[in-house]
Amino acid sequence: MIRHSAAELAAALEAGETTSVALTRACLDRIAEVDGSVHAFLHVDAEGALAQAEASDARRAAGETRGPLDGIPVAVKDVLATEGLPTTCGSRILEGWVPPYDATVVTRLREAGLPILGKTNMDEFAMGSSTEHSAYGPTRNPWDLDRIPGGSGGGSAAAVAAFEAPLAVGTDTGGSIRQPGAVTGTVGVKPTYGGVSRYGLVALANSLDQAGPVTRTVLDSALLHEVIGGHDPRDSTSIDQPLPALVEAARAGASGDLTGLRVGVVTELGGEGYQPGVLARFTEALDLLVEAGAEVVEVSCPTFVHALATYYLILPAEASSNLAKFDAMRYGLRTWPEGVESPSAEEVMRATRDAGFGDEVKRRIILGTYALSSGYYDAYYGQAQKVRTLISRDFAAAFEKADVLVSPTAPTTAFRLGEKLDDPIAMYLNDLATIPANLAGVPGISVPSGLADEDGLPAGFQVLAPALADDRLYRVGAALETLLAKKWGGPLLDRAHALAEEAAR
Amino acid sequence: MTETLLSFEESLERFDPAMGLEVHVELNTNSKMFCGCPTEFGAEPNTQVCPTCLGLPGAMPVVNRTGVESAIRIGLALNCRIAEWCRFARKNYFYPDMPKNFQTSQYDEPIAFEGFMDVDVDGETFRVEIERAHMEEDTGKSLHVGGATGRIHGADHSLVDYNRAGIPLIEIVTKPILGAREKAPQIAKAYVAQLRELIVALGVSDARMDQGSIRADVNLSLSPKGDGGLGTRTETKNVNSLRSVERAVRYEMQRHAAILAGGGSILQETRHWHEDTGITTSGREKSDAEDYRYFPEPDLVPVAPSREWVEELRGTLPENPTVKRARLQAEWGYSDLEMRDTVGAGALALVEQTIAAGASPQAARKWWLSELARRANDTETDIAALGVGPADVAAVQALVDAGTINDKLARQVFEGLYAGEGSPEEIVAARGLAIVSDDGALGAAVDSAIAANPDVADKIRDGKVAAAGALIGAVMKEMRGQADAGRVRELILEKLTPAG
Repeated sequence: MIRHSAAELAAALEAGETTSVALTRACLDRIAEVDGSVHAFLHVDAEGALAQAEASDARRAAGETRGPLDGIPVAVKDVLATEGLPTTCGSRILEGWVPPYDATVVTRLREAGLPILGKTNMDEFAMGSSTEHSAYGPTRNPWDLDRIPGGSGGGSAAAVAAFEAPLAVGTDTGGSIRQPGAVTGTVGVKPTYGGVSRYGLVALANSLDQAGPVTRTVLDSALLHEVIGGHDPRDSTSIDQPLPALVEAARAGASGDLTGLRVGVVTELGGEGYQPGVLARFTEALDLLVEAGAEVVEVSCPTFVHALATYYLILPAEASSNLAKFDAMRYGLRTWPEGVESPSAEEVMRATRDAGFGDEVKRRIILGTYALSSGYYDAYYGQAQKVRTLISRDFAAAFEKADVLVSPTAPTTAFRLGEKLDDPIAMYLNDLATIPANLAGVPGISVPSGLADEDGLPAGFQVLAPALADDRLYRVGAALETLLAKKWGGPLLDRAHALAEEAAR
Repeated sequence: MTETLLSFEESLERFDPAMGLEVHVELNTNSKMFCGCPTEFGAEPNTQVCPTCLGLPGAMPVVNRTGVESAIRIGLALNCRIAEWCRFARKNYFYPDMPKNFQTSQYDEPIAFEGFMDVDVDGETFRVEIERAHMEEDTGKSLHVGGATGRIHGADHSLVDYNRAGIPLIEIVTKPILGAREKAPQIAKAYVAQLRELIVALGVSDARMDQGSIRADVNLSLSPKGDGGLGTRTETKNVNSLRSVERAVRYEMQRHAAILAGGGSILQETRHWHEDTGITTSGREKSDAEDYRYFPEPDLVPVAPSREWVEELRGTLPENPTVKRARLQAEWGYSDLEMRDTVGAGALALVEQTIAAGASPQAARKWWLSELARRANDTETDIAALGVGPADVAAVQALVDAGTINDKLARQVFEGLYAGEGSPEEIVAARGLAIVSDDGALGAAVDSAIAANPDVADKIRDGKVAAAGALIGAVMKEMRGQADAGRVRELILEKLTPAG
């Protein structure tokens, strides 16, 4: 049962073949079975999830089901505030903090009747591409437990890939949904900036962050996206427009017909620095799109080569200010400075921030503080904002020539735990292809494209669409998924054996 | 602790003052600037808070439209230009009463800029140029417990109340005020007084200086006389009464002058104003290098007031204060001096409201400028914060007009009002202040006064009517001032003169 997609499970619930309680219990059992190895979860709320499942079953019995996903369990990245459930953002500084309120995304999950299984692991404050920067230990990739599950949302991706949850919510600031999707063989969507409320999402970089679905199928992402998306008056940057018809687009795309679609291959997002096996799967997928009737054009976005540098000025600048609130005065960790008789508030702040933040967080706070300092602002933060505008213009020009843009999601497959931990630049480079979309606010999806020949690990195919045209992601993603499944004779995840071997050991 | 001061006159002989005034106006919106929390003053600590104004992880701000509206109206009333597009910015610094450790404010894109206000001092008009008026949020309030001074030094621990965090503020900043010379202290006071009046007329704030809903910071520097440059400034914080604005300017002028005349140099710093002793003391050193790392607030979209909206708001502005003063002076029949005193006492709006409540212009002026201004001065309280309002004053005057009390008794009614003994009517009743005009009671008192003063009575019988004053005085004394003096005179003359 746990291997079914959310759409299939919804049909089974509808047909009375199973119950939400049975489904939720199955997920909890699976978590108990494999999460010791995977460590996708930081907190599991068995009691709460089962209570919500019971309520869902009662609604169904009374004919008051709230929507297609009522009763389907979901996992939530630990960066989203959940009333009554710990929310740590993978940081020591928030250890034990239980928010008194729900993020809007969480409110919408609850209102739509999805039992919340628990909170998933992540790089501390979403800073990282491997989930190794979690203060609570790394998450492991279900395909190979010695490898990273991507990051920062490695927990959500691994939970879905390991069949611990049919659905999860992630957040994507520079690729934190899409890159984990690519390296775990799952689907991840970063919606248009402003398409999903950020209220209750503990900000990494406010102008880049966006929550989105993490699932095993494109249709499941569309279903979940429709639950969590749409205008929220509590988020001023939320777009006051109805979402496009996403589920409809996914269903239409599943026919495998892309006649008339113009697909732009971005010159700057490929080639050097990309693993051959990743590029091979990308090219094959592209050929399938052509077979489905799409026209491929090559587009150049010259400013994309500056995207990484731009990103690593804007993100730390915003983050350095966002993280200032963690000062031991109101919530979270409070550390007394050693050897100080009667410390001042400032001394307690300093000691707490020293003890509570990990190295990567400190690194980015220092970078951001520097970038915003007077005398440097124009050269760094100011300049980065200008380049950001140019990147948006490159996107606009590219979308004149193509309906969607495509690239490999990440330049490599999952690397080994610890491999890049001491080399932040190498770690940052993993987000090369995903970052431009965040800078421009456009939506993107990562769909599994197959396994790289050299290591047998999953690679991802990224589709980007213009702002507000999230439906195109689902149409193209679903078409590719259908064509690839036909070629493979089943979903890619059927070929993940690590967990089975682990269980057998 | 006492600093050497040069006399005010001598400081002017040697130096020119330059002033800058920063006034924070706390708006009276029903909810905070970026969340829906109530803004009521004096609630139990930390009861008017939510995830947003507590800066809880994940919470986000939403701009209060009424706050923006008030900012635009203040800007327009100060003859400012209104930005077509502006943003909020984060001012980053750590302080325990600031929940996010940044203040959401505005930096280089204020909502209103380049305005002016014409200030009247001694019948002359002085133009104060306004640099900007911008929107921001207030911080929480720290209470330092265990120290002698209530300041953080020496305190045993501190408590923080976040009720005030997020309350909308408008900060109004003047350009450097030059050429004010000996009138600098008066201009500073008159500017704040007139600004306060304007805020009252706009109805955008409670405008209570004593409760901190208007707070003034006084920047002051001196330069050698005739030099034309700007010296090093100090910033005296939270000068919270009109009177203190004047005193703080005067004090800092004299203090700077003494230091500079002695060959010293001014340390750029914030100064604390001490209301009780009338001096400033050193606060924290503040250099221009203090780096707030301002950047545009990414959680808020730009504020772009449409020109239609701005013009609509312009239509809601109260009358221009200068024009209004001229009109009121004509309507009330005040002399220039009477008008100037009224404005100078910060009582114009109070007098206007008192007249609106039924008192005559002269009566309203009389009470505010004699009784209440004196009281404000004696108790070092803002005249608007005495606990006696225009309605009370009008009610007292109505009692005088009705003959229930006279002016002398009215002063006792005011004593009762200061003491919170109830409404003027209640005080008259409780204190037994009503004038007696009943012939029975008065007649008896008159008879005993005649009996006690036979020689005076004889004089009156002889036609020396002017001597009646002595008998009236005796009657008033016996009746503790509560006799109707006119009727007493009539009774005396009835009893002692043949024709009756």
